[in-house]
Amino acid sequence: MPVNKVLKNCEEAVADIFDGASVMVGGFGSYAGLPVHLIDALSRRGAQGLTIIANMGGVGFELSKRIKPEGYQDAGILFEKGLVKKFIGSMPALGGMPPTSPLEVLYNQGKVEIEMVPQGTLAERIRCGAGGLGGFYTPVGAGTVIAEGKEKKVMNGREYILELPLTADFALIKAYKADEMGNLIYRQTARCFNPVMAMAAKVTIVEVEEIVLTGRFDPESIVTPHVYVRRIVEVVR
Amino acid sequence: MKRIGEMKPRLDEQTVALRAAREFFDGAVVNLGYGMPGLCANLIPEGRTVYFQSENGVLGYGSLAADKDQDYELINASDQPVTPLPGMSFFDSAAAFDMIRGGHVDITVLGAYQVSQNGDLANWGRPGRPATGMGGGMDLAAGVKRVIITMLHTTKEGAPRLVKECTYPLTAQRCVSLIITDLAVIEVTVKGLVLKETAPGWTVWEIQNLTEANLIPAAGIKEIEL
Repeated sequence: MPVNKVLKNCEEAVADIFDGASVMVGGFGSYAGLPVHLIDALSRRGAQGLTIIANMGGVGFELSKRIKPEGYQDAGILFEKGLVKKFIGSMPALGGMPPTSPLEVLYNQGKVEIEMVPQGTLAERIRCGAGGLGGFYTPVGAGTVIAEGKEKKVMNGREYILELPLTADFALIKAYKADEMGNLIYRQTARCFNPVMAMAAKVTIVEVEEIVLTGRFDPESIVTPHVYVRRIVEVVR
Repeated sequence: MKRIGEMKPRLDEQTVALRAAREFFDGAVVNLGYGMPGLCANLIPEGRTVYFQSENGVLGYGSLAADKDQDYELINASDQPVTPLPGMSFFDSAAAFDMIRGGHVDITVLGAYQVSQNGDLANWGRPGRPATGMGGGMDLAAGVKRVIITMLHTTKEGAPRLVKECTYPLTAQRCVSLIITDLAVIEVTVKGLVLKETAPGWTVWEIQNLTEANLIPAAGIKEIEL
């Protein structure tokens, strides 16, 4: 008998995220593909000392209104509530925004650690973690601060650096629709980091706009197969 | 002390972007960075087809969307809503960067804080903002076949941005092919920075005066034509 993956609400879905857990947050940065309801639920659960792995550190509720007039919760709320000890990502703060994002403020106060990772390297480290690989050599970051302390190798006259895999205890994911087994499809550019992160965590939790009966998806259209998905919650976006 | 030429009119951002877009050849796959480069989306030369790629996982989007057509889930990497075109495709971030690193993108237009005379690029970190990140800039600079920079020639305070050596954190070494500023079009060559085009009314000497790196005037130097 397959386990029931469909949960009633986001609170229930994040209830076992523990102090010190590593959590991947899907999306790209702003509203498209961001699991805003799961982030909100995690901020209210209040687990401490989290490591957040995400492309961007979020701008916080006030500045999110520049993207969507009614505003939404991005990863900023997790920093604002002091729940995070470390951020791993490519854009902790946006140079084009005022220096007021919760992560940037805390970082400037020395209250949170940042591991800066080029965006493509971030995606590839997560894919390596998901696929059981030990790492990869990339030319990206060679000759910059990103290369400091990393193994280097020259191949065909070009310098590469060794990057190591990334996995997490939990992944918070936004998909467009799931079937009851947990197969996922995405919509437009809301796909972004969600499929790779969904594959790289011990427990993948997904918010979707609709849960459909198993068999309704064309198998050719499924992007994330159900084996990666542990929990699904239907939300109103 | 005012520098020579400081008060002359310079090109506006729209014109710099228009000049950059003229580099898009028919059939080119192009990735546009944040800020001024994004303006290029609406400035493709007539009669040419360009396929815009964005690192959040889309190839073949159209112009920037008008207010009434905006969809929060069809955006480029600068968070600008864009329009769909026939043949457009979506993919995840890992595939988007395979495309970038693997040399499948022909041109990227990026902004810059500094470019050095050997083509080093610094475009993500600046003093006082240690938490701003590079996003996909390092991947684009290292992987795309031709890196075009659009930038203002000097800082707000008048300091040169085209320098002998970058003092801001590097994005990638020796990656820039062409620099288009509000004063000049400059090609990065093995000999150094070649000044190919000047803004109307500006002399080589005036532009060199606002540039720390040495400029080599091209044999066929001319005013920027649009």
